[in-house]
Amino acid sequence: MANHSEFPLWEVFIRSHGGLNHKHAGSLHAADAQMALEHARDVYTRRMEGVSIWVVPSAAITASDPADTDPFFEPAKDKIYRHPTFYDIPEGLKHM
Amino acid sequence: MRDFLLLLADNTQILGHRLGEWCGHGPELEIDMAMTNLALDLVGQSRNYYQYLAELEGKGRTEDDLAYLRDAREFRNCLLVEQPNGDFARTVARNFLFDSWHFFFLQALCNSNDERLAAIAAKSLKEVTYHLRWSSEWVIRLGDGTEESHRRIQDAFDHLWTYRGELLTPAPFETEAASAGYGVDLHSIKPLTEDKLADILYQATLRRPEDGWMQSGGKTGRHSEHLGYLLAEMQYVQRAYPNSVW
Repeated sequence: MANHSEFPLWEVFIRSHGGLNHKHAGSLHAADAQMALEHARDVYTRRMEGVSIWVVPSAAITASDPADTDPFFEPAKDKIYRHPTFYDIPEGLKHM
Repeated sequence: MRDFLLLLADNTQILGHRLGEWCGHGPELEIDMAMTNLALDLVGQSRNYYQYLAELEGKGRTEDDLAYLRDAREFRNCLLVEQPNGDFARTVARNFLFDSWHFFFLQALCNSNDERLAAIAAKSLKEVTYHLRWSSEWVIRLGDGTEESHRRIQDAFDHLWTYRGELLTPAPFETEAASAGYGVDLHSIKPLTEDKLADILYQATLRRPEDGWMQSGGKTGRHSEHLGYLLAEMQYVQRAYPNSVW
């Protein structure tokens, strides 16, 4: 395969049949946004996975640093009261 | 009807095989998959035509007999589709020349008075709409890309131009098909394919090659030497192990 240094990386998001939101499907190399869309169609929707595709330049994504895992996510662990699980659900109420 | 169906079947079968040759050799993984997707679409389309022809014949032959047990002289595909892949630019130019004809041909074939043909055309057209978009986008990007990509795609068009005439020049069986109402009048789609070509070449900053002497003969079974080699590979398994199945 060719040297990828000239083709930027893109992140692909697919909305599936009946799905409400786009989900990250993977990434690929492409020369520009239009080609990224077409590549995404060929690589990620061959088995009827989707009805809509977004592509985003990977460089446009700001990611959290794995080293920040503790300060970022640890403090939420002991705050279980943030989960709405302390309410009494009336009997007969469905679809909760 | 027989020759007309073979033309459609062999065009798609042979171009599909050529694109399949790229499998594992594409310039990028993504392009590799795109080309093999195109190949599978085309081979699928050829099966529809072969199956229909086998039914019409009623001699107990199958689609496999038609694809794998005929010799080069019996193939009716145009010369363009059997041309070797060359570099990526050559493949893109070959596909674009074919797609920009195939798309309008299928649009017209949707109006065939043969219901089965019209149905196959309608189904194929959805796939070929994407094929035309894919090859158009690549012609534009290579033409309007780097100095080297521009040179390569221009060379490719110059080289392949002589095979373009055959697409738009009807063989006797096509004229017959058109007047009987199940075929396509090639003169009616010529302006459409010319417009598409002019538009994409313009966007790609490419020069339209001069219309000189055009190659012909594929539709009547007089092929370039390349088809023999292609068939030797494509038909090898069925010839070496007759009647073998998966």
